[in-house]
Amino acid sequence: MTKRTVQFSIYRYDPDKDERPYMQDISVELDSTDRKLLDALTKLKALDDGISYRRSCREGVCGSDAMNINGKNGLACLTDIDSLKQPIVLRPLPGLPVIRDLIVDMTQFFKQYHSIKPYLINNDPAPERERLQSPEDREELNGLYECILCACCSTSCPSFWWNPDKFVGPAGLLAAYRFLADTRDQATNERLDNLEDPYRLFRCHTIMNCVDVCPKGLNPTKAIGKIKEMMVKRAI
Amino acid sequence: MNIPVLKFDAVIVGAGGAGLRSAIQLSEAGLKTAVLSKVFPTRSHTVAAQGGVAASLGNSEEDHWRWHMYDTVKGSDWLGDQDAIEFMCKKAVEVVVELEHYGMPFDRTDNGKIYQRPFGGHMSNFGEKPVRRSCAAADRTGHAMLHAMYQRNVKANTQFFVEWMALDLIRDSEGHVVGVTAMEMETGQVVIFHTRATIFATGGAGRIFHSSTNAFINTGDGLGMAARAGIPLEDMEFWQFHPTGVAGAGVLITEGVRGEGGILRNNSKERFMERYAPNAKDLASRDVVSRAMATEIKEGRGCGPNKDYVLLDITHLDPATIMKRLPGIREISIQFAGVDPIKEPIPVVPTCHYQMGGIPTNYAGRVIVPDNGSFDNVVPGFYAAGECACASVHGANRLGTNSLLDLLVFGKSAGDSAVEDLKNGKAHRDLPANAADYSLSRVAAIDSRKGGSSVAEARLAIQRTMQDHAGVFRFNDMLKKGAAQILEVEKQVLNLEIKDKSQVWNTARMEALETENLIEVAKATMISAEARKESRGAHVRDDAPDTPEFPNGRNDKEWLKHTIWHRDGNKIEYKPVNLNPLTVETVALKTRSY
Repeated sequence: MTKRTVQFSIYRYDPDKDERPYMQDISVELDSTDRKLLDALTKLKALDDGISYRRSCREGVCGSDAMNINGKNGLACLTDIDSLKQPIVLRPLPGLPVIRDLIVDMTQFFKQYHSIKPYLINNDPAPERERLQSPEDREELNGLYECILCACCSTSCPSFWWNPDKFVGPAGLLAAYRFLADTRDQATNERLDNLEDPYRLFRCHTIMNCVDVCPKGLNPTKAIGKIKEMMVKRAI
Repeated sequence: MNIPVLKFDAVIVGAGGAGLRSAIQLSEAGLKTAVLSKVFPTRSHTVAAQGGVAASLGNSEEDHWRWHMYDTVKGSDWLGDQDAIEFMCKKAVEVVVELEHYGMPFDRTDNGKIYQRPFGGHMSNFGEKPVRRSCAAADRTGHAMLHAMYQRNVKANTQFFVEWMALDLIRDSEGHVVGVTAMEMETGQVVIFHTRATIFATGGAGRIFHSSTNAFINTGDGLGMAARAGIPLEDMEFWQFHPTGVAGAGVLITEGVRGEGGILRNNSKERFMERYAPNAKDLASRDVVSRAMATEIKEGRGCGPNKDYVLLDITHLDPATIMKRLPGIREISIQFAGVDPIKEPIPVVPTCHYQMGGIPTNYAGRVIVPDNGSFDNVVPGFYAAGECACASVHGANRLGTNSLLDLLVFGKSAGDSAVEDLKNGKAHRDLPANAADYSLSRVAAIDSRKGGSSVAEARLAIQRTMQDHAGVFRFNDMLKKGAAQILEVEKQVLNLEIKDKSQVWNTARMEALETENLIEVAKATMISAEARKESRGAHVRDDAPDTPEFPNGRNDKEWLKHTIWHRDGNKIEYKPVNLNPLTVETVALKTRSY
């Protein structure tokens, strides 16, 4: 990669001064060391300090810089600039209220995450040492526990767009299955009861946008399928 | 101005590992607690820790907390306080087991116990050979741990103030801490949190260096707040350069890679660590490995067109092991180095990683300051834990996996101390008049200033100054120059101008406030480093070379003491190292080799 100028079209909205949102056309000169979209945003912010977005770890583990990049949700810090068609169109994650520019209000997203009781439930007295779990049982949690709560999945899901207050959404359901799949957890029935509802689980129509956008390569649709299987098994 | 006041028993500033661990203690004790965080809790930088947390569980081979203690004292180059180190190493098993009970998805051994891997500087039988002590969840231990602790707090109904930035510590005329001011980022509103206990768990300030493994948010906010409120900072010259940051990008590659068998090689493919640490080799302590790498590069044995990095090689490992134990590392290598480590070695360089110093505390997490000839005067109402604090367990160099242990042990003990004090304590002390005025004036100055420096320029000036003058190897003349230069940069930082005037999620203003915290840490580091005329742990200077009288350049006669930096006048004083453990005999001074 070399020095190059890259064109952007960025969603801007500051409720303090803008009557309505608009798209800002802006270009920036990048150095050869600027590989990722977040590097470009850092340069853009040096030009215009009002451009607002969340960011922290810059290595894809904190989940802060999720945004809609050329129409697809992703993390700015894991997206190669040179893989993107220009102008690079940046918008806030769809389906959540915009606070400012690329910053969305994630209240509803976290409310759904919290609604599935995202913590281990085990009412036995705590043993002196660790609870035992076989490597095979532990392996069941792979592909589930790695979620970074970036919301790329839930905000790409049409079912979540229509019913963000009723449908748990892929991220929350992935977390629900993470605890259902944990041999140390004792609340299987309670967890399934909590999801047995026309909306909370069953609004998933396996559109699979979640799988397509997950920056960690996780598969919420598969986890949702497993929960549905558990429901069926429980019924018979 | 009429500023809203929110009254809590306790406020915890920061929701990374230490803050969340403290919060569990306070919430489960039923105290009215507010946890403030600049970011949603699971976005805190603990999330990026990879290789593991140390505890002498002995799940795979014999281990003992006393061996762990010995390694930690030796790793600290004897600058760590041995009471705090004993406390931490002894408590390790308990806090790791608790974490497992919270639901942490540790990897497992064949008999179902927590999986443990070797790590740098962790040895069996008082330094004999590497031992498997690092408890790991693949190479995502910090992520798994932070989420498990956040989840436990959800269960405990902890009250979070997410995306609130703390601005200043509030102390009354007698020096008691009675709360903090903070800004709600969504609205720009400044609020006073009036408390009986204030716990700082604000993390490190690795962003003072240009090349850093640290997140953007690691700007030393707690240290800046403490320094401005007259609390001195301890041992700030000691910064850990992690041997393996991805060349160019700075992203961390865990030492766990070497724990699983990875080897560092120079441009003739030589395993050069055999020359520097014949016993521990690639698993020597981080300062030792970083210096060896820097020496290889300096002497022309680096790799690549500019010979400016070395290679971390795991191509000899079974791909299945890499996929199982190091999947995150593979992702990072592909993303940030453009190489698949199954097929090609990873280009790495020593990169700023961890701040050993911080706000001085005792092992109970209470902040202590010098006064009247004593260094152990507790600041009533004030506690600190994790990377922002200095207990001091890491001394001049931290061992890998001891940071996650530190935040568990001292997060918990700071929480316990606050609970104890609150149960025995009295009502809220009065807020001083105009308690928010200082913060409001700082914010107003940033909002209104014209013709000043931009945040991007000032921040770069800090980072360049630190990188060029206080790196892996330090030179007398460069330290002198750096100390003078950082005071010039301070003038620039005190004259920041932002263009964004919005009250809504004003990130320009937040970054300006962060830069005002960064400069305090940078000054403390530069001035403390210039003053310490020996080499010890991560602080190595050319005018304190390795001689028979002073092996490795360490001078215990004059410098076996902690630096205490005061912001007021950049005054330095020194406090003795505590060489007396709580129950066992002292780990006696010895030349450090691996």
